[in-house]
Amino acid sequence: MRYAMAVDTKKCVGCSDCVVACQTENNVPIGYCRDWVVEITHGTYPQLELEIRSERCNHCDNSPCVRCCPTGASHYSDGGIVLVTEDKCIGCGACISSCPYDARYPHPDGHVDKCTFCIHRVQKGQKPACVEVCPTKCMYFGDLDDPNSDVSKVLKKRKFKTLIPEAGTKPQLYFLI
Amino acid sequence: MKEELIISGRMNYKVDPSLHIWGWEIPLYLFLGGLAAGVLFFAGLYYLRGKENEYQSAVKWVPMITPFLLAIGLGALFLDLHHKPYFWRLYTTIKLQSPMSWGAWTLMVITPLSIIWSATYIKDVFPKWDWKYKWVDDLVAYFIEYRTQLAWIMIIFSVILGIYTGILLSAFNARPLWNTSILGPLFLTSGLSAGAALIMMLSKNPLERIRFSQIDLMLIAVELTMVIHMFMGFRASTEVQIEAAALFLGGPYTLSFWIFVVFIGMLLPAFLEIWELKGNHIPAYIPAVMIISGSLMLRFIIVHAGQASRYLY
Amino acid sequence: MKQSRREFLKISSLGIGGVTLAAPFFNWANGAIVSDETPGEDFVNRTPTYCEVCFWKCAGWVYKNDKGNIWKIIGNDEDPHCNGRLCPRGTGGLGMYYDEDRLKTPLIRKTIDGKQQFVEASWDEALDVVAKNLNKLKEKYGPECTALFTHGSGGKFFGDLLKAFGSTNITAPSFAQCRGPREVAFLATYGEIIASPERVDIRDTKCLVLIGSHIGENMHNGQVQEMSDAIDKGATIITVDPRFSTAASKSKHWLPIKPSTDIALLLAWIHEVIYNEWYDKKYVDKYCYGLDELKDHVKNFTPEWAYGITTIKPHVIRQTAKEMVNASPAVIIHPGRHVTWYGDDTQRLRAVAILNALLGSWGRRGGFYSPEKKSLPSFPHPEFPKPKKTWRDAHPGKYNLAIEVVSNGICDATIPTPDNDCSFKAWIVNGTNLITTLPDQKNTLEAIQHLEFMVVIDTMPMEITGYADVILPECTYLERYDYCRTDQNREPSIALRMPATEPKYNTKPDWWIVRQLAHKMGLDKFFKWNDIEEVLDWQLKQVGTSLEEMKKIGIKKFPREYDDLYFVEDQDIDFNTNTGKIELYSTDLEAEGFDPMPVYTPHPEPDPGFYRLNYGRHPAHTFSRTANNPNLTDLFDENVLWVNPIVAKEWDLKKGQEIWLENQDGILSTFPIKVRVTERIRHDSVYMVHGFGHDNKKLTRSYGKGASDTELISNVLVDPIMGGTGMRSNFVTFKLENPHKKEVAS
Ligand SMILES: Nc1nc2c(c(=O)[nH]1)N[C@H]1C(S)=C(S)[C@@H](COP(=O)(O)OP(=O)(O)OC[C@H]3O[C@@H](n4cnc5c(=O)[nH]c(N)nc54)[C@H](O)[C@@H]3O)O[C@H]1N2
Ligand SMILES: Nc1nc2c(c(=O)[nH]1)N[C@H]1C(S)=C(S)[C@@H](COP(=O)(O)OP(=O)(O)OC[C@H]3O[C@@H](n4cnc5c(=O)[nH]c(N)nc54)[C@H](O)[C@@H]3O)O[C@H]1N2
Ligand code: SF4
Ligand code: SF4
Ligand code: SF4
Ligand code: SF4
Ligand code: SF4
Ligand SMILES: [Mo]
Repeated sequence: MRYAMAVDTKKCVGCSDCVVACQTENNVPIGYCRDWVVEITHGTYPQLELEIRSERCNHCDNSPCVRCCPTGASHYSDGGIVLVTEDKCIGCGACISSCPYDARYPHPDGHVDKCTFCIHRVQKGQKPACVEVCPTKCMYFGDLDDPNSDVSKVLKKRKFKTLIPEAGTKPQLYFLI
Repeated sequence: MKEELIISGRMNYKVDPSLHIWGWEIPLYLFLGGLAAGVLFFAGLYYLRGKENEYQSAVKWVPMITPFLLAIGLGALFLDLHHKPYFWRLYTTIKLQSPMSWGAWTLMVITPLSIIWSATYIKDVFPKWDWKYKWVDDLVAYFIEYRTQLAWIMIIFSVILGIYTGILLSAFNARPLWNTSILGPLFLTSGLSAGAALIMMLSKNPLERIRFSQIDLMLIAVELTMVIHMFMGFRASTEVQIEAAALFLGGPYTLSFWIFVVFIGMLLPAFLEIWELKGNHIPAYIPAVMIISGSLMLRFIIVHAGQASRYLY
Repeated sequence: MKQSRREFLKISSLGIGGVTLAAPFFNWANGAIVSDETPGEDFVNRTPTYCEVCFWKCAGWVYKNDKGNIWKIIGNDEDPHCNGRLCPRGTGGLGMYYDEDRLKTPLIRKTIDGKQQFVEASWDEALDVVAKNLNKLKEKYGPECTALFTHGSGGKFFGDLLKAFGSTNITAPSFAQCRGPREVAFLATYGEIIASPERVDIRDTKCLVLIGSHIGENMHNGQVQEMSDAIDKGATIITVDPRFSTAASKSKHWLPIKPSTDIALLLAWIHEVIYNEWYDKKYVDKYCYGLDELKDHVKNFTPEWAYGITTIKPHVIRQTAKEMVNASPAVIIHPGRHVTWYGDDTQRLRAVAILNALLGSWGRRGGFYSPEKKSLPSFPHPEFPKPKKTWRDAHPGKYNLAIEVVSNGICDATIPTPDNDCSFKAWIVNGTNLITTLPDQKNTLEAIQHLEFMVVIDTMPMEITGYADVILPECTYLERYDYCRTDQNREPSIALRMPATEPKYNTKPDWWIVRQLAHKMGLDKFFKWNDIEEVLDWQLKQVGTSLEEMKKIGIKKFPREYDDLYFVEDQDIDFNTNTGKIELYSTDLEAEGFDPMPVYTPHPEPDPGFYRLNYGRHPAHTFSRTANNPNLTDLFDENVLWVNPIVAKEWDLKKGQEIWLENQDGILSTFPIKVRVTERIRHDSVYMVHGFGHDNKKLTRSYGKGASDTELISNVLVDPIMGGTGMRSNFVTFKLENPHKKEVAS
């Protein structure tokens, strides 16, 4: 099993619904976020292109954050989901420094927090909160090992990229282009 | 024009707008670790070379400061932790891939070692010392028997500790500035040089002073080569690393790095030491303080600038 | 302006502190709201609602966690407005409930020691004051001199109250500041309005043409979802917008039109479609009236002619016209929603309606469908009294084609003039922040000064509350019942809103406020109920369901009763127009003395050093109402000024620099606004999101954040056909130093 997510940059409108939905679903304190939206404009008026991406932890296959964690708080869970065990985390910040995507943050309670791929929902057969809420339905989630999952199907059909592949982290968040 | 924006208001504390997860605590911890490693390294080395009585400062009494240096360093590390009640979790696993983990374990070994080493010399330094309990006396006597073995372990672990202070950073590929294997040797050298400088400064023995002054000169030469190497490496690397190097080559850290670390921390003291070796008199503490503060600044600047270098946005 | 009788009062000046009743769920240390809840079980505790953060009214479920606190709001899967997905504002709607800056208790304006101030009052006291004043003014001037401004669900109760009282002057900004021109234009053309949610079949369209409509930033949920579906299905999107909107970035063709010239483009498209005989002949022959006149009319409006006006190249105009034709009839030239731009808006929307008719998209799959709604009967009441006069009497001969009450018309008629015998003396303002909603603030404020009484019902200490004589704090939509939602869609449906929790603080729902007022004003006979549940249950039972059932399902769909979603091939249709046909040539407009077919007229351009003030929506905010919402300010907490890099260079403006704005009439922005240097805006315009620059300190998260577009919109181009307020002919220049400081110094 290998969970992954794909975000369609051709449909995402940058509304940030995925961000609020994550905050309410996961009680992410206000002022913090597990996901965020990036907008990149290329060109000169009126020859312009816009790319909008909803980003979050890439649940890397080869994740430096798990490697550098001194306590084992950061670990791989079901389907390669990278998680932090709150009461094993000492808040040393090593994982934060190690993530090329700046996907982690120090939770005000002390431990480090990040996207969990909504594992509490996924285990119940639901989709992650951000995927479920997105008004443009531009996010796909599922098991890459299952050829019939939403994410496998869309990755077969469409061109995609990952972010900073040169960092060697093998990210599992794909952007359809 | 290319415009790149995070449009969902991401402002994670200590992560945005630029990473600032490590403040003064980690660089101080790295500096004190490096300094202690330097001192203990020379203590072990000169003990094994039979210079126990010639280089008394190096072998006997400067190491007595190291338990305090290490304790303050550990204290700083502890202060840096955001989830302090779980501190003990560090010692429930050994994770070899995590420098933070083996650094913690190295400290676990070297801190008691530094205390034992100091204990074995305490009566040499303070003749009136009394352990109060007989079993302590016996224990210390036991360790005195094994000084040679202790010295070997100390040398090995101080090298590990010294390298660790650099590898802790260079293990983070995510920060282009830290992403260079030179940081380990560079920090080790810088720690040794600071250790040597401390010994030089505190030593009353002119011979010992000259010895450590020579050692420092050599280490500074090595350090300078490594710094040059590091920048050449960056310039020949990926775009993000070129950008990272630019932080020091015209960017916001240029002045502080070249003035405090390279000029005051290396060139000027080297010059003063050569001057002194040529027979002029310069108070030993002047170059020593320069070297030590250069070593401290190196950690601060590399830790801070490293956090300002990133891949995205 | 005259000496102000009604000083703006900052509610912050009174000791509201004592009323913080509920223990804060959020801990505000470090400026962060921290909740210590962990995700709870789904379905633990959910109640139905429909969203009130905008007027799309998506149905959803409010979930509470095991501590009984509101946890999240999720769309109702059965709802055709939202298909189980709320927009960011709806998802963040719980911030309205948690906002600790909310109005907390009734307030009465009193003069104490010669100083006006708000004094906390009990509901009984406050409602007494309202009832007494309204009745007094009724006796003195007649009931018709009281007007109700309302926007939002609770307004229906106040509407009932006002009608019972004897006035029909009930108005919403959604007509004359919003979609009025479109409704009048489509009514004139098809005999039917567009209404909300728009009857556009985006889901199945092959070509979507957006003229200004910035779907994606305009987050009207169903349309955003369907536009995404259309992208998936490979539909062609054509966006006409001077700014590189999000929609433009998703489009095959983006036409960066020169602002205010859309009518020329539309006429050129019509020209192409007619002269190339690309129009749907069968459809036009059967259903349309006035093709020959139209053909004659657009004879000279060639793409070359339009190029000179719009800066859109002739081949692009031809190519896009061809794209529409190829998709026809599954094509939508979108009528837009906020269409009060340049004062000739009804005519522009007429051109839109005509082009759609020529392409045969009205009543066709992928074009415009026939919506249906399920109406609920009113709870029985005696007939309301007939008013002797209405707002129209104040504007003899004007706006005859307006199909709703013109809000600015009421505002104007509140300022007495010698020839106007219907002046308004009292306003009830419910859920509309008129200060930021109506353009020409000076006029609005002057009208307010002439009132003898104003009561404001709101949830937040918005600007309008500062001018009230009595402020009544309504609880938020999450804490109350309202009338059911019965809005149109492809399938008729009814959605229930019920309280998820007790009202926080000393706040009350509109239905309760109105019921109390009715009693105090002696209007009990019109309100033969005591509790809203009684009314809702009765209404629901009339259509075969019940309150009990609705509490469980939230939304109920009903089968269509009248016609099909689309016209049937060769169906005979009697359009509700004078000619019984789709009027390309409008007999209604002609009868009123207006151009029966749209004409292009040039509009003023900015002087050197000035830039056209363009404004729009932010996807995570609704007008001014969400500017203080903790969840939504977390995403976007102040508007910024979009400036083209060329302009930035000229003025030496840097990203993030704070500047002040001054408009063509010398009006200065109260607050500075930060610069965003971006290629997405033309060099003759600047752009900002509407709804920011709040000027009430009590709004702790939004006070002074960004600038207000409204205060800079002092030049209003009123549409002579229906009274709409064109707001896009205002020009601003930059002030790099704080101009307010200088004033103090000199
Ligand atoms: N997130 C969010 N969504 C909303 C709302 C909200 O408050 N927040 N409000 C809702 C309401 S009530 C309404 S009425 C709608 C309004 O939403 P729309 O009907 O989409 O609003 P418009 O004012 O037509 O569109 C603004 C766009 O018009 C462009 N524009 C400016 N001048 C011109 C011009 O001269 N010609 C052309 N072709 N384009 C021009 C601007 O650049 C901008 O992109 O949004 C609805 N949706
Ligand atoms: N400058 C400028 N002016 C505009 C527009 C623009 O784009 N620019 N857009 C125009 C358009 S399209 C429209 S539709 C209008 C919208 O105009 P409004 O609907 O007036 O917009 P808001 O500014 O959101 O004001 C809503 C008010 O209702 C209050 N409120 C929110 N929820 C509740 C509730 O549950 N109960 C009660 N009692 N009050 C509540 C809010 O606190 C706020 O004071 O504005 C128009 N005016
Ligand atoms: S909710 Fe969907 S459309 Fe909106 S920003 Fe997130 S991914 Fe993009
Ligand atoms: S994105 Fe960052 S936090 Fe997530 S798995 Fe990869 S390295 Fe770790
Ligand atoms: S902060 Fe926590 S999760 Fe991160 S590396 Fe340290 S112990 Fe591991
Ligand atoms: S998957 Fe869940 S935790 Fe991750 S960003 Fe989406 S909502 Fe947040
Ligand atoms: S479109 Fe968004 S704000 Fe409007 S009613 Fe629906 S969820 Fe609420
Ligand atoms: Mo509107």
